[in-house]
Amino acid sequence: MEFGELARQQLPRLYSLARQLVHEDAEDLVQECLLKAHRSVDDLRDEQAAPAWLTRILVNCARDRYRMRDRRPRESPLPDVEDFSLYRTIAAEDPFPYSDSLHLDFLCRFGPEDVWAVLRGLPELYRVPLVLVHMHDTATKQAARTLGVPLGTLLARLHRGRKLFERDLWDYAVTHDLLRERTPEVKGMPR
Amino acid sequence: MIRCEDAIRELWGYLADEIGPGERRRVAEHLEACRRCCGELEFLGELRSFVAAAGEQLPSDARVRMETFIATLEGSDDRPDAL
Repeated sequence: MEFGELARQQLPRLYSLARQLVHEDAEDLVQECLLKAHRSVDDLRDEQAAPAWLTRILVNCARDRYRMRDRRPRESPLPDVEDFSLYRTIAAEDPFPYSDSLHLDFLCRFGPEDVWAVLRGLPELYRVPLVLVHMHDTATKQAARTLGVPLGTLLARLHRGRKLFERDLWDYAVTHDLLRERTPEVKGMPR
Repeated sequence: MIRCEDAIRELWGYLADEIGPGERRRVAEHLEACRRCCGELEFLGELRSFVAAAGEQLPSDARVRMETFIATLEGSDDRPDAL
């Protein structure tokens, strides 16, 4: 497969990943990734490994940007979320008392933009593993290789990232008024 | 049997098959006896699918710009283009 064909084939996946990594700079990041990939295409021996190879280049480009902006991911102290459970919080707070499917109703209040906003609010250290594994279906061993960390470190960051994500989903719903009961629309009623 | 608090900490890992066999067995034992944690496991499955479905599509204008960029790379070829 020629480089151009590979790059075109991988564009949607790379763009989606780049949006989660750097948001508004996604297009620039993908172009930087493709430029580096094109320059080092000799390093790629196995065509099957091309998607993972491109992912690694993209993630490294994003990390370079974090460093340049002094936003290097750090192991910063975070609120204790180890015991947080979104499921139980929703059940305890019962935001939609007339609902027969309380938990699903909670998720339905979130549009894609809301999910991205919550993800973008997570520290990079936890967001990148979460995006790779849960949005891009990357196996945990592959994600660890991509990020250059031991598998145990990757799993610990995933664990913490998911708990933070649960907690932040709840906080976002509270602060963005997603928990208000919606008035059912009645057909034929004048506005 | 492990407590709910301990099971909850492991549910994501259980769902994603990231925990060891011993821990997996302990969580499975707990789930057999605890309907509430089964409900939580089911919810986390929904949440996982929900996140997976939230990926962003490549807008057509961005695709055109990036394909032009790829064509430029191919045109400025000082690198071998066959993989």
